[in-house]
Amino acid sequence: MRLVRLAEAAAPPLVALLATVAAFALFLLAAGADPLRAYGLIYLGAFGTWFSWQNTLVRAAPLLLTALGMALPAQIGLIVIGAEGGFVAGGVAAIAAGLPLAALGLPAVAVLTGMALAGMATGAALVAACGALRHWRGVNETISSLLIAYISIAVCDQLVEGAMRDPASLNKPSTRSLPDALMLGTIPGTNVHLGLVLGLIFCVLAYVFVFHTTWGFAARVVGANARAGRLVGLPVGRLILIVTALAGAATGLAGMVEVAAVQGAASADLAVGYGYTGILVAFLARQNPLAVIPVAVLMGGLEASGGLLEQRLQLPDATITVLRGLLFIMLLASETLQGRLRLTLRPRAPRAAPEPVRPAHAGGA
Amino acid sequence: MASGSGFSRRAVLAGLGVGTAGLVAGPLAGRQARAADKAVVGFIYVGTANDYGYNQAHAEGAAAVRKMQGVTVLEQARVPETVAVQNTMDGMINLDGASILFPTSFGYFDPFVLRLAKSKPKVQFLHAGGLWKEGEPLNAHSYFGFISQAVYTAGIVAGHMSKTKKLGFVAAKPIPQVLRNINAFTLGAQSVDPSISTTVVFTGDWFLPVREAEAANSLADQGADVLTCHVDSPKVVMETAEKRGIFCTGYHTNQAVLAPKAYLTGAEWNWTGLYPRLVGDLIAGKTLPNMIRGGFREGFVRNSAYNAIVPEAARKQADGVRAQFMAGNFAVFKGPLKDNKGNTVIGAGTTVDEFDLVLEQMNYLVAGVIGSTS
Amino acid sequence: MSGIGWWGVPVAVLAGAIRVSTPFLFVSLGELVTEKSGRVNLGLEGTLVMGAMSGFAIAWLTGSPWLGVLAAALVGALLGVLHAAICSLPRVNPIAVGIAMMLFGTGLAFYLGKPFIEPKAPELPALDLGFWSTSPAIRSALRVNALFFIGVALAPALVSMLRNSGTGLVLRMVGDSEDAARAMGYSPRLVRLAATAFGGAMAGIGGSFLSLYYPGSWNEGLSSGQGITAVALVIFARWNPMGCLWASLLFGGAGALGPALQAIGVTGFYHLFNALPYMVTLLIMIVSCSPDRTLAGAPGELSITR
Repeated sequence: MRLVRLAEAAAPPLVALLATVAAFALFLLAAGADPLRAYGLIYLGAFGTWFSWQNTLVRAAPLLLTALGMALPAQIGLIVIGAEGGFVAGGVAAIAAGLPLAALGLPAVAVLTGMALAGMATGAALVAACGALRHWRGVNETISSLLIAYISIAVCDQLVEGAMRDPASLNKPSTRSLPDALMLGTIPGTNVHLGLVLGLIFCVLAYVFVFHTTWGFAARVVGANARAGRLVGLPVGRLILIVTALAGAATGLAGMVEVAAVQGAASADLAVGYGYTGILVAFLARQNPLAVIPVAVLMGGLEASGGLLEQRLQLPDATITVLRGLLFIMLLASETLQGRLRLTLRPRAPRAAPEPVRPAHAGGA
Repeated sequence: MASGSGFSRRAVLAGLGVGTAGLVAGPLAGRQARAADKAVVGFIYVGTANDYGYNQAHAEGAAAVRKMQGVTVLEQARVPETVAVQNTMDGMINLDGASILFPTSFGYFDPFVLRLAKSKPKVQFLHAGGLWKEGEPLNAHSYFGFISQAVYTAGIVAGHMSKTKKLGFVAAKPIPQVLRNINAFTLGAQSVDPSISTTVVFTGDWFLPVREAEAANSLADQGADVLTCHVDSPKVVMETAEKRGIFCTGYHTNQAVLAPKAYLTGAEWNWTGLYPRLVGDLIAGKTLPNMIRGGFREGFVRNSAYNAIVPEAARKQADGVRAQFMAGNFAVFKGPLKDNKGNTVIGAGTTVDEFDLVLEQMNYLVAGVIGSTS
Repeated sequence: MSGIGWWGVPVAVLAGAIRVSTPFLFVSLGELVTEKSGRVNLGLEGTLVMGAMSGFAIAWLTGSPWLGVLAAALVGALLGVLHAAICSLPRVNPIAVGIAMMLFGTGLAFYLGKPFIEPKAPELPALDLGFWSTSPAIRSALRVNALFFIGVALAPALVSMLRNSGTGLVLRMVGDSEDAARAMGYSPRLVRLAATAFGGAMAGIGGSFLSLYYPGSWNEGLSSGQGITAVALVIFARWNPMGCLWASLLFGGAGALGPALQAIGVTGFYHLFNALPYMVTLLIMIVSCSPDRTLAGAPGELSITR
């Protein structure tokens, strides 16, 4: 029975996936490209070789964390789309903490821990500010998170190209670099940095928090109906702060990983859209922290394969963006099938009217 | 799959992967016998390849390489300066067999090109930017042109055409190469009339069309009557000059068609000349130097053709200076030179050669430039 | 008598308010109508970019900028209909659909727009209101595009439409209480479809202003979030069309301040100046919101205010 239900829960996304594959094939035909060949290339570029797998996983790593920036607040009914701000600010805070710690001659573990804490604290403060503004001032968190993201990116750009700029970083203004010996390493035998592991751990912890702790349960109660939550005496304000702070910590950690494992220094190039792609991943994962993992890998794979379409089929670079948009729309539309596709005959469970803001959950509960 | 450790297992997996690749892509059409190719050359751009600017200049160079016999060219546009570029290059090497790569954006070099160059010693990396330092991998090369020479001659033309004696410069960020161009433009114009000043507006990033339009309009409002820029796509600044009925000089590539009345001349990269040369040398088995730099004399830069309205005197002076650049006996930066805070930056009697790395560290704006470096 | 010195700052802010505000104005007025029907469309960023691309393409192909504006409006309406159709399915989250449409619209515009990056399309006509001045700065600032006037006229027209007309009444009723509207025999689904299509059309026109007038060319960096910011402006404007007008002007003017100050030699901190419009918006939202009461003017069915 459990299997049947799981299959029923998985059926709508599969329908959506097939519909996307068909619609994108038509799109490719219209563009004069061979859809079979294109799908072959997407598979090849994303998962076809060991190299492709590594490429995919490297691209998926930051998305695991930035997706949590959206998925965690969604549990409590908040739509936060400012992960990009937490990412950039987390990266800048991490290098600001890492350089003096490195100067003290501390071992790599200590420096990296300090950087992670600084990045997480900064991201947490930014996203929790949106939660606090929402709870205590009634400011819409979707809009405020976006504005705060824009502002914090501007402040960070000002810092890395002004006060924190390394005078020796001539033509690419950036902060001083972390010494190579202190960089976050790779998973042995691969090119994939350890940020992937951090992301996986964070996703699992977030899942445990949401579905197997009292706090997580209370947050989901508030998310389903804030008024009811208040009536039964739940500390709504504190819950919102905790959940948004955790979400922000995830985005800040993603920024720290970008600095400590990839770039080595902070520059304006931190803001390249991992935060925004994370929103997409969270929605596709239906806000379930565990489901974020496969979705992030899928998304990383799509990005990894974009180059092949461009080089071998002479398709424009935006082709993969179109595919991602189509997939996103189809998956959302397929939510309407949720609970309607039935593989066995059994009485229909009564359903409450859907809460508009509330993003639906996957069957983790 | 991630459990693999040690080189041999990875090699086997990679081999398997290539097999799979053949199975997937093979029957579906496609790549002609790679073995007959002399080289597969990959070009990576940070923006769109037809931006009338930085990326288009490189793409024109790539088109020239494409015409070479037996050379396959791969191109990928809009690759951000993150690990994405490392993966893109790695993909071109692993999946398409590229042996020569042109990562054309500045921020690609450190750490991404350096990192990959270490692990792929047989691949030649030709990076645009002139950033290579002693001790860095020998298969990494960095080339750059002294475009400030061409900006200087454009400045001469601007100096002749300006009536208000005010020039406007829309720039992305106050980095040495941008400052060098602002200074060269101003010095070129001041060689015509020492009272000329240049006002700078920094937009903060390389591609912000609306802000560039605002900057160009603000400069025009302040009386600047010749505009130029150092952003990735000069299109907006050129078109704004045309609309405002003032003049402009181009940058990166030729924008004359965008502003037929306003476009006086421009400073262009000559990548169409350089790239086939570099690729040809590599195919012939020659070893390229790690720093490849040059100006007019070495054929790295050029000026756009003059607009018909540019007077004879201006052409004569600019052509004369260009001829001196060609002969190697003219320097843009020579003493006595003061910055716009009154400090002497180059002492009297000192001439700084274009190849001198001290110019790569320029952190000042010369006297007559209105603006600050931070 | 060349530059105008410090006077350049107010002139540039005024000019910026007029030039830069138009896309904000159109998108926010369109979104206002959509939100009045009780639906949020966050996808207008994608619609704006799609409008910019298609407007430019049609103007270039036909030689008529107004046909371009029309095409942008049609494409925008189409995207609006798509958004509304998906949202009308049960259990589908409109905010998520908006984000998806943003991605899809932007991707499609970039994909289809490649051949239009290089050409030059005919420009939308402008009125020369500065003919009396000898200063080129003032004349340029007062060269005002026809679309700006249409947008300015639209704001009071929408106020009166919402307040006095039958259409406005139905729209507000659907937005405030679905059940009441249904009881009166109106289909909330159809009303929202129409309102979202209208919002999309307006966003499309806003985009065409970018590509056909200011800065007046199509490229992939054209929108730096104008579409999504305009959605924020609606909340900021308290669902009042006149508020949208003032907010758009304020936003445009604030954006022009940075470059104008640099042009007279006040440099430094330009990244912060560039973020000024966002700071102003956030600050006013913090000051003017309150947790205790529903926002005045907010439609009751609107999910974004709950």
